[in-house]
Amino acid sequence: MAATQRRSPLLVTVSTGLVLLWIVVASFPFLWTLWGSFKVQADFFSLADWRNALRGTFTIAQTGSNFTGQGYHGAWVQEEFWRTTLNTFIVVFSVVVISLTFGTLGGYALARSGFRYTFWLLMIALVFRAMPHITLVSGYLLPFFQWNVWGHLPTAIIVLVAINQPFTLWMLHSFFLNIPKDLDESAMVDGCTRFQAFRHVIVPVMWPGVITTGLFSFLLAYNDFAVTAMLLSQQNQTMIPKIASFLGSTQVEGNVMFAVAAVVSATAPLFVLILFFQRQIVSGLTAGAVKG
Amino acid sequence: MKHRTFFWFIFPSALAMILFIALPVVSVFIQSLHVEHEQVLRTVENCGPFGCEEETIVDREATRELREAQPLGRFAGFSNYTDRNHLATEEIRSMWERSDSFADFTRRAMTLPFWRAMAFTLTFTFVVTPLVLILGLAIALGVNSLPRIFRGPTIFVSLLPMIVTPLIGSLVLYWMVDSRGVLGSFLQTIANDPELSLRASPTLTWIMLIVYGVWSSAPFAFIVFYAGLQTVPEEPLEAAMIDGANRWQRVRYVVIPHLMPLAIFITLMQLMDNFRVFEPIVGFQAQASATSLSYNIFNYLRGDAAQFGAAATTSMLTIFGVVVLLTPVLIRTWRDFNRKRH
Repeated sequence: MAATQRRSPLLVTVSTGLVLLWIVVASFPFLWTLWGSFKVQADFFSLADWRNALRGTFTIAQTGSNFTGQGYHGAWVQEEFWRTTLNTFIVVFSVVVISLTFGTLGGYALARSGFRYTFWLLMIALVFRAMPHITLVSGYLLPFFQWNVWGHLPTAIIVLVAINQPFTLWMLHSFFLNIPKDLDESAMVDGCTRFQAFRHVIVPVMWPGVITTGLFSFLLAYNDFAVTAMLLSQQNQTMIPKIASFLGSTQVEGNVMFAVAAVVSATAPLFVLILFFQRQIVSGLTAGAVKG
Repeated sequence: MKHRTFFWFIFPSALAMILFIALPVVSVFIQSLHVEHEQVLRTVENCGPFGCEEETIVDREATRELREAQPLGRFAGFSNYTDRNHLATEEIRSMWERSDSFADFTRRAMTLPFWRAMAFTLTFTFVVTPLVLILGLAIALGVNSLPRIFRGPTIFVSLLPMIVTPLIGSLVLYWMVDSRGVLGSFLQTIANDPELSLRASPTLTWIMLIVYGVWSSAPFAFIVFYAGLQTVPEEPLEAAMIDGANRWQRVRYVVIPHLMPLAIFITLMQLMDNFRVFEPIVGFQAQASATSLSYNIFNYLRGDAAQFGAAATTSMLTIFGVVVLLTPVLIRTWRDFNRKRH
């Protein structure tokens, strides 16, 4: 905005101060937890003096050095966090691939069909999007017990795909609306069927939108707690329910540090994600807003 | 696009949604009309040296068989909806009659699980949403006036609280405000009260959860508003400056009207997301002071003695709440759609 050239120094100070404050509020909790994950419990949850966490008094006393990997060792080796990481990877990868496949087909159809029912489908999807996931989970449990499909990874995957569909459809629908109709219609004039036109003309140009939508599908599957906590058995557990299960045993010395280390480990992939895909995430957040 | 082609394109997606969203809602509704079987009781006669006496015992075998034969439980009609754990119509009426003031009535009603959860869910939704809008706009205006090179890193840092898993985000904050954590001990020093613990006080727990809600959602509003600020037209701003508008007036009369559609979009998203508040209560272990509708459902389903009937009833009431919340939006969209067609 060129209009903001002449500003009072007071205003500059206030707005810069606000932004600085926000940066601290947004990042400090993560930095603090990262720092604390290399300490022992007596330091990170200090009864006597919070500065112990900085000085590492007990960490030095107990382990001989200022930083310790005990929490990580406990979580990854002793509590087998790697197993849940593997499960999370399988679930997240499958959910992203399947929901993008379904979503691109559906979103393309919704964007190209001018009939009234497309509007109703989108409205129903909006209501589905708003429903708390746990309400659906209460509907799954009894049937899943009866059909003997409870506890398996594929069950959780297909459920997450379904829960993810409303959002994916909306996002890809608004994205496909931005791809000119002439592209696929001219292909059809040349004799392609609708599917061939989609396959050969639309697919090559749709990747930016698909990647953006994929990021959000990834987040939904990765961040899910309600579905995976209720639908997966102990040996098929994913990361987030596992972290929640560490919490049940925080009274025992050391165990809460497993949770801290696991939390830091589970945040790392998200950090990397923002590092590489910041632009896509921002454009994805605003896509729905700007296009209505 | 022909109906037939449309059908095949939408088929996988629609099938997934029908099977795992629409049908579960039906299943939830049916479950909500049932309650768990009571234990089968049997009277046996115990004869000892001093005569016989009748005793009632639980027939475990028969109970188990009955539960396996009819896992849904027994049909109970709408009694689940009116019982003490849900709408509690009887209890509310008698509380209303016995209470001498409105405050007293509220205090009593807060002992009912459903209304307690409802009170927190609504407070959370309607406090966090406006705060997120205000804070998001303030940060967006602040970042927009920064030199360009600082904007990218600021957005990077801001994305973290929003993108991080809700359970993880709430744990990270919880460990800090824990009475042994860094902020917790800081507050104890300020308040000069070594016993001060945020968890012990319901009011502070509610505030803590709301702070978490704002912290994790403000980036969303910030990003959307920031994107909107990039498209504010120049001419009205310059015209306003020529007319002598100061900066605040320009924001008030030019920028904010331009951002209005975005604010509506954020409000809609926030209402939907905040209404299902759940993970923070698990993360902050706040269930003693604050429960939400989603948390209640989770709690009914958890453990060996899952109460499917109660969970399903709360779910139906929650879905009803979501529909009520969305009705204005749906009506508005319907009008827009019709206007576009005609």
